[in-house]
Amino acid sequence: MSIRLSQIDKTYGNKGRGSKGRGSKGHGHKDDGRTRALEPIDLDIHDGELIGLLGPSGSGKTTLLRIVAGLEQADGGTIHFGEREVTHVHVRDRRIGFVFQHYALFRHMSVFDNVAFGLTAMPRSQRPSSGEIRTRVMQLLEMVRLQDFAERFPAQLSGGQQQRVSLARALALKPDVLLLDEPFGALDAKVRQELRRWLRHLHEELHFTSLFVTHDQEEALELSDRVVVMSNGRVEQIATPDTLYRQPANRFVFEFLGDVNRLEGDIEDEVLTCGNARVAVPGVEDGRRELLLRPHEIRLDDQPGPRAHLPVSVTAVVPVGAEVRIELEADWLGEPWLATISHADFERLAITRGKRLYAQPSRLHRFDTPRPQTLAPLSIS
Amino acid sequence: MIAQALTRRRERRVLPGFGLSLGVSLTFVSLVLLLPLTSLVGQLSQLSWSQYWFLITDPRLLASYTVTLLAAAVAALFNAVFGLLMAWVLVRYEFPGKRLVDALMDLPFALPTAVAGITLATLYSSNGWIGRLLEPLGISVSYTWIGIALAMAFTSIPFVVRTVQPVLEDLPAEVDEAAMTLGASDGLAFRRVILPYLWPALVTGTGLAFVRSLGEFGAVIFIAGGKPYETEITSLMIFVKLQEYDYAGASAVASIVLATSLALLLAINLWQGRFIKRLHGGRG
Repeated sequence: MSIRLSQIDKTYGNKGRGSKGRGSKGHGHKDDGRTRALEPIDLDIHDGELIGLLGPSGSGKTTLLRIVAGLEQADGGTIHFGEREVTHVHVRDRRIGFVFQHYALFRHMSVFDNVAFGLTAMPRSQRPSSGEIRTRVMQLLEMVRLQDFAERFPAQLSGGQQQRVSLARALALKPDVLLLDEPFGALDAKVRQELRRWLRHLHEELHFTSLFVTHDQEEALELSDRVVVMSNGRVEQIATPDTLYRQPANRFVFEFLGDVNRLEGDIEDEVLTCGNARVAVPGVEDGRRELLLRPHEIRLDDQPGPRAHLPVSVTAVVPVGAEVRIELEADWLGEPWLATISHADFERLAITRGKRLYAQPSRLHRFDTPRPQTLAPLSIS
Repeated sequence: MIAQALTRRRERRVLPGFGLSLGVSLTFVSLVLLLPLTSLVGQLSQLSWSQYWFLITDPRLLASYTVTLLAAAVAALFNAVFGLLMAWVLVRYEFPGKRLVDALMDLPFALPTAVAGITLATLYSSNGWIGRLLEPLGISVSYTWIGIALAMAFTSIPFVVRTVQPVLEDLPAEVDEAAMTLGASDGLAFRRVILPYLWPALVTGTGLAFVRSLGEFGAVIFIAGGKPYETEITSLMIFVKLQEYDYAGASAVASIVLATSLALLLAINLWQGRFIKRLHGGRG
């Protein structure tokens, strides 16, 4: 089922947030002391799509999700599930499945009863027979690979298992839309990875339309068909993970999606100077500018290149994983740079802490122009 | 060797002050709780078993047991319902004067029970403010068991409110939101999700209120009237026996009240322990 949001916005009054005030923190302030949680937002989600809402805390992503769920009301705008308008439909009639960050399992009920809750809560006339409920619940538990745990209580399960129960519970009523609020946020890294892969499989198998909130870039990029990047109640960019990474719409998206190194200096005749560092920047006007680059866009060498003279010294080396992560410092740098290089380069240059090297940017990005620009290629190999 | 033994002994407890704090606590418990109890047992020892049995099965006393138990049960049930409602209102909603209402909840604890009794008796007597309104309806509160239950409910309602309130505050909002996303109506969500959460606290609070009501004296005697066989409560019987200098008899009745209360408190504790154990999946 497709989801269509148009012009959804939300402003919190000073008091109107209720004693529980969950879901949203921070946000930009409006002049009258009220807090703008969401600028008017339009969003089209296609049938069967898996969409990630990504943003730092306080960006309004959870508020948006809760508005789609009907747990909070928007101030204006409309929400359609397929052709059905649900803007003012109560949460219990919206036919959504919701997975909470902290599972929100009913701790006094067995796993079986938790999953069966939605089915047993139906009015008597629509409720399936207890035999049917049993079959369905066991099916769901099998799907989340917890069929042997049906009689256990939530407290007897690990976090990952509890979240799987909560997923089975949400799917029990065959919802039109599955909404997940930081579903893996409370789990440790390994379980998280496993559950992510598993959710991806489940989604491919069942093809539900799904919207999930996360503050973890990797998670969003790995799971989503498209990612909605949000900050301060605004949508910064909606794109596929690939586009998002390669063509960030603005500086916020660029910085949020990965590690970023900053280079600030005065440009004269297409050369940027900063202390004793110099680098050619073809096509950039004179003046003081800031340029950004990713860790993998730095090459290291023991001699300055013809177009870049950026002397740095190594302060830390992490030789774990596919690449070697190296921290670089120099007196012309405000904050240290992070570079990732291949193990081959690492061995060739015999890098140790304190070694002096020259950095050569292969690309530089600038976001002070109306459209982001990339300067490449810069290095001569 | 000795040095080793000493260090090992010192390592056994990390938190300091165990010996001192336990010692002071035990002394205090002995002085305030156990010593009076000993004197009670001392008084009882003057009686033979048959005398004891004869005293505690006196028909007038048996009638007082019934009155006390029934009134306390009604009061406890009343408090279970209204205490839960009070706690619910105080936790779930924001309204002007909320803090004042919250503070008022403790008033029955702060108010001398005799004052409460006199006030209630005046209000509900046939020419009191409320009694005058109830009189034409054929309901008389003062000098009936209804009045006794009322006085008991008044003095014991904080037990329910104050035990349920913190548990309700801890109840994550996500839990009833989860029930709603699963299509549960408000009533169903309350019955199947919220009430089971509160159940241990509610039962404990109600149990405490009941035990407290069993021994209530000050608030009740003014409104009860003390008609033998009808509105005499057990604690009043103790008082009557004391006034007759029948210390042994008073002790006998007191031992019954004490035993009942202790048994109930113990039962509540055991039940609660089992319930909580189940919630934590048998892991304590």
